[in-house]
Amino acid sequence: MNKTAVSTKDYTHVKKAPFITITKRDATSLKRNILVRVIAIIAALVVSSVITLLITGENPIRLFSTVIDGAFGQFRIWGTAQSVAMLLGIALALTPAFKMKFWNTGGEGQVLIGALASALVMMTASSLPHWLACILVVLAGICAGAIWGIIPAVFKAYWKTNETLFTLMMNYVAIQLIKFFLKVADKSGSSTVGPSLLQYGRLPVIFEQQYMLNIIVVAVLTAMMYIYLRTSKHGYEIAVVGESENTAKYIGINVKKVIIRTMALSGALCGLIGVLLVGATSYSIDPNLAAGNGFTAIMVSWLAKFNPIIMIFTTLLIVVLSRGAENVSMTLGLNKSFSDILTGIILFFIIGCEFFINYKIHFNIAKKESKEVEFNGNN
Amino acid sequence: MSESINKNYALQLRNITKSFGTKVIANKNVDLDVRYGEVLAILGENGSGKTTLMNMIAGIYHPDSGEIYVNGEKASINSPKDAFRYKIGMVHQHFKLVDLFTATENIILGINDGKKYNIAKATDEVKKISQKYGFVLDPNKKIYEMSVSEKQTVEIIKVLYRGADILILDEPTAVLTPQETEKLFDVIRNMRKDGKSILIITHKLHEVLAISDRVSVLRKGEHIATVNTSETTENELTEMMVGKRISLNIGRSEPKNATDRLVVSGINLTNPDGVKVLKDISFTAKAGEILGIAGIAGSGQRELLEAIAGLRTLDSGSVTYINPSDSQITELRSKTPLQIRELGVRLSFVPEDRLGMGLVGNMDIIDNMMLRSYKKGKSVFVDRQPPKQLAEEIIESLEVVTPSAQTPVRRLSGGNVQKVLVGREIASAPSVLMVAYPVRGLDINSSYTIYNLLNKQKENGVAVIYVGEDLDVLLELCDRILVLCAGTVSGILDGRTAEKEEVGLMMTKVNGVKANE
Repeated sequence: MNKTAVSTKDYTHVKKAPFITITKRDATSLKRNILVRVIAIIAALVVSSVITLLITGENPIRLFSTVIDGAFGQFRIWGTAQSVAMLLGIALALTPAFKMKFWNTGGEGQVLIGALASALVMMTASSLPHWLACILVVLAGICAGAIWGIIPAVFKAYWKTNETLFTLMMNYVAIQLIKFFLKVADKSGSSTVGPSLLQYGRLPVIFEQQYMLNIIVVAVLTAMMYIYLRTSKHGYEIAVVGESENTAKYIGINVKKVIIRTMALSGALCGLIGVLLVGATSYSIDPNLAAGNGFTAIMVSWLAKFNPIIMIFTTLLIVVLSRGAENVSMTLGLNKSFSDILTGIILFFIIGCEFFINYKIHFNIAKKESKEVEFNGNN
Repeated sequence: MSESINKNYALQLRNITKSFGTKVIANKNVDLDVRYGEVLAILGENGSGKTTLMNMIAGIYHPDSGEIYVNGEKASINSPKDAFRYKIGMVHQHFKLVDLFTATENIILGINDGKKYNIAKATDEVKKISQKYGFVLDPNKKIYEMSVSEKQTVEIIKVLYRGADILILDEPTAVLTPQETEKLFDVIRNMRKDGKSILIITHKLHEVLAISDRVSVLRKGEHIATVNTSETTENELTEMMVGKRISLNIGRSEPKNATDRLVVSGINLTNPDGVKVLKDISFTAKAGEILGIAGIAGSGQRELLEAIAGLRTLDSGSVTYINPSDSQITELRSKTPLQIRELGVRLSFVPEDRLGMGLVGNMDIIDNMMLRSYKKGKSVFVDRQPPKQLAEEIIESLEVVTPSAQTPVRRLSGGNVQKVLVGREIASAPSVLMVAYPVRGLDINSSYTIYNLLNKQKENGVAVIYVGEDLDVLLELCDRILVLCAGTVSGILDGRTAEKEEVGLMMTKVNGVKANE
């Protein structure tokens, strides 16, 4: 075969260096991180103000004050605190699993199954003394949540199944079980099982404030989770397994055991939130009890980089935005979807700025010198 | 010695230089000429820059300087796609195939020629290529049902399907049985007959002699010589490959009361892919001496150390530890690392993969110190005080360059990472210390720090097992050298009297000299 007769046609379209190259930053300074975030928030506010003005003609200042009022107004602050407590509680529950790089998307189901177990006790514990019923309500919820966490963990540890899909599907199983429970428990065909049926073992109300118990439990949980992850041997093992399974094996950590133990904890805490929702808040159960918080909590945990203390702030951010949006649609008579758009814009900027914190962008402008211009995300 | 640039050569390299970072020069002023219709073997030790050089031809890397000419014309290759435009294709050591796809689907994957997707036509084409060169392959078989050799066939056809006239094969025989190797060689001969140029990277000298027309030898990134295969011998090639012995002035003391510490006898190991990686390996590591392990990369060194450390389950054989204080015998086989430690066996292990196994890159030095000791005590909490002290001690005594003990280890340079790791492993006062490639990527000073540390451990009566790649170091540091070849022990030599060529030959010759201890 003649090799010399290769036409030059084959050599066209040889690419030059790409116009934009993206590289990961090795180290980022604290000052820079804060600066990027502040800029992101300002940009988010500016963009959403402009959009508000263009679409509705509403004064942006009035809009934002309505948002703030919706979250912290006199009659709404306790509701906000309750929402923060529940969302933060689930985020805390998911965090140990996430630190282990076990992507538990089953928070919703673990909460629901815990709630269901509690509801069962609350419906049937008629002959027990109140204190014993209370303990049973809590234990039942925690155990049910733990089981919901252990099942996917065992499959992951022994057969390497995909935990994201597995935990996700477990959500639907939990929802269907609750639907089944509704059918059996309430023959009238109601879509919730309400306070009239869930009579026994209701958890005590503290300081005559309906949500106080929830808030205290989650506050304690936040501190404990922080300590657990930071200073306990378990927390250390979780971090090692999450960072490098090879290292974990090399130093003799029983990886299977850590996976199962951590997911039992994650599920149990989700179950505990389920207990609080049924046993201390509404005394009723329906398939929408967790209200999607099992998924929102994933974002809360991630935004806080799995740090329980920072999670307080990320939870606040999301709850304030959503409750503020509710208030906007109520008082300003705007469509609820409009406030969702604003929430979307703000989250887009806040999550998007992580990119500029972690990556550097170079523009290759000059062809010959290939001089690189750094884009810092703040110019 | 190199020819002028002209159309009589399929491929010519001129003055190719490539470095990684500031310290590591992978290739230095390499010239290479490849003719039409020839098999050119690229020979060299580990780290001699063979794969880097081939990757530059295939468009994976871009040379820092130097030119590549294809058919006598200057080529600009920035990506594997560019390489294919010049009809150059490379088959990598690690296959890149989609398990759930068939052979044909994998072969046409990523081709964007503007034509309509036609799997039947592609299958015919694959069949035609198979027939032409003598491959045995069912185009409709899925990858996950295939043997390693079949997967390799798919990779080679993939390159041919894209019209490559220059094929680069990176250690193609490493994963094959002798029979499969023979078949592969038949195919290579057919391709050569067809006018293709084949560059084949290999460590096995007898294969070089069997298949190649010419041999290019690389050493430490430089092109040493290209010779006609018919005019050379194994000894000559080995000498070019390993070079003259260089004196390094690494101290080596006489071993004192070298008693048996670790007895490995007749161990066999099969890896998860079903390949036998250790075959009937026996040796004894003695207290107060350094036992070197030499061998081409992938001859079973990693598996051997991991098996001793309790990270792999052996098929058969035994690993016996003799306690220095009371001469009590402990069997380590089928024990986990944790069980081994609980038995009071002080076995330290510096693995080859420092940041992927020995350390956690994202954790700081203190937390990495804690890896070995965090379990101590009954408390549910970890005590960061002792590891903090240890971290500070190591930073000071080994001169680790780091902003602080709170710096994540992945931010440290290679040498400092290694000091942290070796420091931690030595800190637990081991009685057996296994180190794998401890000076890889380190500069001269750091390397000597490590040698001195190892010597000190030896003088303290530790049984040191040193897996290395630089023969000069092995010959100056080790008291005895065990040579591995393809998972078997091809011999154990005295480090003081062994010749470099002797070791080199044993490394490359399957079924070499029998153990003579």
